[in-house]
Amino acid sequence: MSDKVGQRRLLQGNEAIVEGALAAGCRFFAGYPITPASEIAEMMSHRLPAVNGTFIQMEDEIAGMGAIIGASLAGVKSLTATSGPGFSLIQENFGFACAAEVPCVVVNVMRGGPSTGLPTSPAQGDVMQARWGTHGDHPVIVLAVSTVNDCFAITVHAFNLAEKYRVPVIVLSDEIVAHTRETVVLPDPANVMVIDRIRPSVPPEWYIPYEDNSRGVPAMADLGSGYRHHVTGLVHDVRGFPTERPEEVDAFMRRLFRKITNGFYEIQMTRSIMMEDAEIAVIAYGAVSRSALRAVRMARDHGIKVGLLHLITLFPFPKKAVDAVLRQCRRVLVPEMNMGQLIREVKRVNFSSEVLRHNRVDGQFITPDEIYNHLLSM
Amino acid sequence: MAEKNISVRHDYLRHDKKFPHVWCPGCGNGIIMGSLIRAIDKLGLQKDELVLASGIGCSGRMAVYIDFNTLHTTHGRALTFATGIKLANPALTVITVMGDGDATAIGGNHFIHAARRNIELTAIIINNQIYGMTGGQYSPTTPYGSFASTAAWGHIEHPFPIAELAVTAGASYVARGTVYHAAMLDDLLAGGIAKKGFSVIEVMSNCHTHYGRRNQMGDPVTMMRYFKEHGIPVDRAAKMPAEEMSGKFTIGVLADVDKPNYTEEYQKIRERSQRE
Repeated sequence: MSDKVGQRRLLQGNEAIVEGALAAGCRFFAGYPITPASEIAEMMSHRLPAVNGTFIQMEDEIAGMGAIIGASLAGVKSLTATSGPGFSLIQENFGFACAAEVPCVVVNVMRGGPSTGLPTSPAQGDVMQARWGTHGDHPVIVLAVSTVNDCFAITVHAFNLAEKYRVPVIVLSDEIVAHTRETVVLPDPANVMVIDRIRPSVPPEWYIPYEDNSRGVPAMADLGSGYRHHVTGLVHDVRGFPTERPEEVDAFMRRLFRKITNGFYEIQMTRSIMMEDAEIAVIAYGAVSRSALRAVRMARDHGIKVGLLHLITLFPFPKKAVDAVLRQCRRVLVPEMNMGQLIREVKRVNFSSEVLRHNRVDGQFITPDEIYNHLLSM
Repeated sequence: MAEKNISVRHDYLRHDKKFPHVWCPGCGNGIIMGSLIRAIDKLGLQKDELVLASGIGCSGRMAVYIDFNTLHTTHGRALTFATGIKLANPALTVITVMGDGDATAIGGNHFIHAARRNIELTAIIINNQIYGMTGGQYSPTTPYGSFASTAAWGHIEHPFPIAELAVTAGASYVARGTVYHAAMLDDLLAGGIAKKGFSVIEVMSNCHTHYGRRNQMGDPVTMMRYFKEHGIPVDRAAKMPAEEMSGKFTIGVLADVDKPNYTEEYQKIRERSQRE
């Protein structure tokens, strides 16, 4: 809110996601209550009507995902937020957003799983589901938040990437980040960079809704803006109508991937901390990256040359940044609150270093001491 | 008269690109599509302000043929997409077309909640009592004792009465028509689309290919005759003894009530939040 600009505020991660979404221009939220994501829906229900936006609590997460796709097609930036069981339910319509190229943002506040799992405990078990949860071959953008500040900034990024590339974007949070309260100073919304989708400028009769261009991202017309067209989850031709012609199917699939590949330079976000002279590295994401940072500092205090590569973008996997770390460091530790998911991606780009896992799946946070002790043994 | 109808149809169809259609010869879907177009024409709505969202199945293809803003969604979810569209832009007239399996099996939860919420959408549910596109498996409206490709020994479940379900769930306007009573269907559809609130029009339609052939009604004419003889107007049905109505169904408007609709109510919420 404008009266709070520049003020120090004590916010939890879920609140900062709401602030980030509103600053990015989100004006529609549809979802279903679920711990530990419910605060996002609650705050959206309070905030959205005041900015002429719309909140609706749907009958399940499937419906929440469908509604945000509908709202986005009508030209309104939209968000849903959920956790494990709901994240499983959104996958069907998430795939529709991939196929029909509908920008929107899905926040998944990860909790322990599988199934109902550990509703009030943190985990990072949904990393591979975020990548491959919906059926069929598709690219996806997955960002992970680690601090309350991140929750604001990365949610803005998520909307911007969704709009720029016409894709649904997943923000992975976890119970720790969601419910941790930290002091933050939010920027003036006027100073937040906001990207909006490109809408067609040609006359309606010239509009070809899925026509390829150099970026591979077609202009998107709002439903009801005079550019009548067809939107479908079936593989479609450039005019949006179903096709099974091999050359059209091939062009469709390859463009979906190409537009993301073209954007690697800005989509793949990482932070390198104390990496300049590091001989050992920790690669971490989400809340665990905070323990990792503390552990790295402790190890530095004891003269161990260790650095941290903090991954903000999990997918498309930031291969270039990880590759550089693996070339530089003889040993790399990947701490995760799962049995080892992102470590598979790290190992995939690795060819000479020793990549070690550090896993915790008891519903408890990985502490700095744990990582520090592991580093000492490396 | 016939000439006028032809010219109207051409104005609303993507006739230059998307025909011939995929439906079997004699399918009721074409009659319903024609009826929908006549209803739209009668109401004087513009193509740009109309959204047609469909689900999956034979009915789903209707969104390809009609020249509105069209959306072919996922199975059973048309109402969820439509809800988002209507809330994001209440000026649009949003119509969904679904099949019986689409709307009341996989999409059953969305259906009853859209009705309860009373959001201003029109749900056209084409009830052919079978899953046609996938090859004649039984649906939530397949009658007890009939045959389907997954009920080879006779069906032992009981069917949903879709229109009555919609009334109970709270829809503002509920009607049932048939593909035989096409002129009546025009009016039922126009009534539903014009209604400020959630409207449901169940249309009994023929899938002679998959339902009829397994149930001694293997051609469209036989099925049309069935609808003619078994569809009883609501006012006449009210005067008939129950045993005479057995095996028959009512046609016409089953419910038409005025109550606050979601988009209008939400606008009040906005105003309230902005005053404080």
